[in-house]
This record gives sequence, structure tokens and C-alpha cells, in this order.
Amino acid sequence: MPDFCGIELAHPVINASGTYDAIAARRVFGDALLEDFPFSAFVSKTITPEPRAGNAPRRIWETPAGMINSIGLPNKGLEEFLAEDLPQLAELPVPLIVSVMATNREEFSRLVERVGERDEVAALELNVSCPNVHSGLIVGEQPSETLALLEALRPLTPKPLIVKLTPNVAQPEAVAVAAEEGGADAVSLINTLKASAIDPATGEPAIAAGHGGLSGPAVRPIALQQLRAVRAATELPLIGMGGICTGADAAEFLSAGAALVAVGTESFRDPRAGSRIANDLETGVSELAPRLKALHLE
Amino acid sequence: MSAPFGRRACEVTANVASGGYRIFSLRDREGPAPAPGQFYMLASEDSWGEGGGRPFLPRAISVAEAAPAKDGVRLDFLVEGVGPGTDRLCALEPGERIWVTGPLGNSFSTPKQVNPDAAGAILVGGGIGIAPMAIWRRHLVERGIPLRVLLGFRNEAHSGGLNELFCAGDSLCPDVRLASEDGHAGHQGYVTDLLATMLAGDDAATAVVYSCGPPAMLEAVRALCAERGVACELAMESPMACGFGACFGCAVPKPDGGYMRLCVDGPVVRGDAVLEVAHA
Repeated sequence: MPDFCGIELAHPVINASGTYDAIAARRVFGDALLEDFPFSAFVSKTITPEPRAGNAPRRIWETPAGMINSIGLPNKGLEEFLAEDLPQLAELPVPLIVSVMATNREEFSRLVERVGERDEVAALELNVSCPNVHSGLIVGEQPSETLALLEALRPLTPKPLIVKLTPNVAQPEAVAVAAEEGGADAVSLINTLKASAIDPATGEPAIAAGHGGLSGPAVRPIALQQLRAVRAATELPLIGMGGICTGADAAEFLSAGAALVAVGTESFRDPRAGSRIANDLETGVSELAPRLKALHLE
Repeated sequence: MSAPFGRRACEVTANVASGGYRIFSLRDREGPAPAPGQFYMLASEDSWGEGGGRPFLPRAISVAEAAPAKDGVRLDFLVEGVGPGTDRLCALEPGERIWVTGPLGNSFSTPKQVNPDAAGAILVGGGIGIAPMAIWRRHLVERGIPLRVLLGFRNEAHSGGLNELFCAGDSLCPDVRLASEDGHAGHQGYVTDLLATMLAGDDAATAVVYSCGPPAMLEAVRALCAERGVACELAMESPMACGFGACFGCAVPKPDGGYMRLCVDGPVVRGDAVLEVAHA
């Protein structure tokens, strides 16, 4: 049974934020979703202070062994999330991690305070792949911005704070070290890689926003290397993700030092991918599994 | 009724050519019978994304017909190979297995559910979009609801499915009329020409229009119905990675702002619930 920042989990496989809407999935699949929930903790879609409609379509585009998305963080905003969604998410049979994002420190603080005070919430994930409106800099691309944000947010909640790293930097480990210095409890990586495609029918960018983020097995070797670099630079527990499709893929990340792994795009292809991967790890389908059991899973 | 949770492997039982299209059948031992308008996410178990890395995502395909079969439900799908995913589905061999998630999405409403004064239905299908019209037509006929079916195709190479999905005995069902842009079958022109003529009639106000087809055709149907004050339901299509509300890719603009997710809020949408059907 993995212990993650004091949270006991049944297995090491969770979901990547923004890749599973448990409320919609329950509408589609009924309570069978709860009886066989694919993840050992559930990470919400990113919540912002105000409602967001999301980006104009086209939002997704299939690429070799992956996809590009530019969804634009559609969500109901903080107040409606707390009133409508949180009680429904609390019915899931696993601990809840809420992802939050704001474009200035005051709003970020309000999110962390209001979400952190709710008993239904086990931990918060900070989505820092967004600009600070005051500096214009992407917080998660700058160690100094990340440190300042964590120093502001750390005193506001005793709950674990997980910083979600962007892979679109030369040295993600420098940002991870800044997060650790600022008092983060864990780091998750990677977010999607900046990417674009051209629609052959029009000769124009395939994604309406011009570019988006690449995910799927195409990014897995990059994610694994970034995890290794961050592992070497910090003591924090890590949540590794990026194109994990099988137990063997998950085993790679665990053997490189991840405490947990997250599944994202593969859930689109297989709604129960999380359970399948956790089961593969447990039953040792992967050649690495015996060693992993000794390392991480006992 | 909920879809079974997760994807399941189903056996392909047939795959036949029909004009420029193919019709393949599966044996689904687990799922409930689908309602007309619903769809499935499909991907072959083998050779899906090998080599060039595409197809990678499963493909959303509306069900064309369903029937009780030994050990479950037989599901029929009408496909045209237009890219790596549909090309692979066209090449399915009987006996091989395919990953299936579904049935997914909502379904068509009866004419009386749409409009209590409605007396009948007009079904308008274009190209590969004739598929959901076939299963819906059968349901309406079984309920004794008067209907007319208008089907259109670009040309002979881009047509098919009529014999298998819209024939009674050796000939086309008497309620079906055809249009083709090249004139190879029926009226030479658009299927929406036939709809415009029909909606100009006196009894048009008591009909509900149901439609599925390419976006430009759907938009023409939506605009015609809006102009004539006739209610319509459109079975729409949008880029979709998951089919169960997870990816947020299939966003369609709503008239009052914001977006719906076509997989969980559709694919069947009332004509007045969309701004317009986006088309190139």
C-alpha cells in the first residue's frame, strides 16, 4: 500500500488532471464506475477562480502515437465547483486531489484556502503552467516565480501541495528544487509538450488555438528523462506521467523513482486503463515488477 | 441504461462491401441494445496504430442497425475509409476482435416527444450519415409513425448501404427518396432540395425532421427547418478522443454561449440548441 504524503492509497496508479471527468463517466457507465474505480486517488480537472467556457474548437488532433489538445481549462469556477461538483466527487471511493490555477497570487491564495478547508479534499495540485498577470511570465517556467508562489500558498493549508511541472523548459529540475524550497510536498510531471500540426485539408493549423499540448506514448521517453532529472535534484515524492499505457510503462517510471504514476490519454482509449495498469503492476506482468515491489510497493 | 464500464473485445462476424462503403457486424455479448442515434468507440484489437503510429485513438461510429443474436446483440456499422482509422475498420476480418465502448450518447426523441402536435417524421441522411437513419427508421415503422426518408449521396463512389439498410425485399422501401449530386440515382442535386420541397407543403408544420450527414448538409437542414418553423434533431459529429466526457475535445458552441460536449450532451441535438453546424 503506497503512502503518498500521508495519504494511504490502494495502488500507485492515479489519473492525470483534466483527463477524466468522474461525474460525466458516472452518467455514462453508472455506479459500476464506483465499484471498480480505476484510480487509487482522483485528481480533478483544474479549477479556476471564475467559470471558463474553454477554447473554441477544433480542440484535439490525433498525431502519431498521441494527440494534441488545446481545451482551455473549461470549468465551473470555484464557487460552483465547491457547491455542485465537490459533493459528487466525495462519493468516489478514493481520496480526492483538487487541481487549481489562477493568474495572480491573491486569486491563487483564495483557491487554496477555499479548497483546502474542505474535508472532502485530501491534497491540492497547483497547475502552474499559466502566466502570472503581473509579471507576464509563466510561473512554472521560472524557478523564482514558482518559489514566490509556494511561499505565499504554503502557510494557507496544512494539506499536501503538489506542484505540476511543465516540460516546456530546459531544466525542469530547477523548478522542482524551487518548489521544494517553497514548501511543496510533492511534484507531478509532465504536463503536455507544446506542439502543433497542420490540417492537410486546409493547410492551416489543425488546432484552432494554433498550438496545443502533445500527450500519449509519443512523449513517454521525454517524460521519463525529465522524471530522472528531477529525481536526481530533489527528495520530494514524484508523480510520474506521460504516455503510460501499460503496466510495463508504469514500471519504467516507478523504477526511475516515481512514488506514483498517473494515466491520462490512455484512459481515452480504455476507460478502465488505470485498473488494468495497476493490476499488471501487482501481478508482475512486467519484468521489472519483482524489483519494483521491493522498491516501492510494499 | 448505462453502457458497460470500460471497453470490451467483441468478435467481428461479417464485413461486406456495399457500393463505396462497407458494412461490418459485431457480436456484443455484454452491452444493452443501443437506442437509435447512439454511437460506439471502436478500435481493432490488433494493428491499431502499428507502423506509422496512427490510428491511435478509437473512432466514434454511429450504429446503423442492431438485432438480437445468439449470445447477445448483433451490431452493424456503416463505414467509409477516409483516413487511417476508418481504413482499418474497413479492413476488419470476420473472426478478429475489436475493442468496443458503448452504447454512448443520447438518442433520437419520437416526434411527439419533440412536438406534442407532431404527426410524422422526415428523415434526412447524407452519405455515411444514412447509418443512424436506418435504425431510427425501423424503430419509427415499428411504432406505426408515418415517415418519409430522404437520402443523398455525392456520387456513386461515395454511396452505399441502401440495399442492406433501406430495402424491403428486392426494392427500396416505398417511403425512401434519393438524391445524388451526379444524378446517378434519384433527383440530381442535393437531398436538401427534396427537403425544401417537402417543407413547402401544407402538412410540413406537423412533421419533425431528423438528420445526419456531412456538416454542410446538416447546416442546410438546420437553417431550412428554422426558416420554416419545423422542429429538427441533428445527429452531429465532432472530433472525439474518448466518447465518455473525459477529453473535452468534442465541444460544440451553444446559442447562449459556452460549449456542449457532443459525446455526453449529444450526439443528437435539437436544431435550436446549436448556433449553427460549423462546416468548411
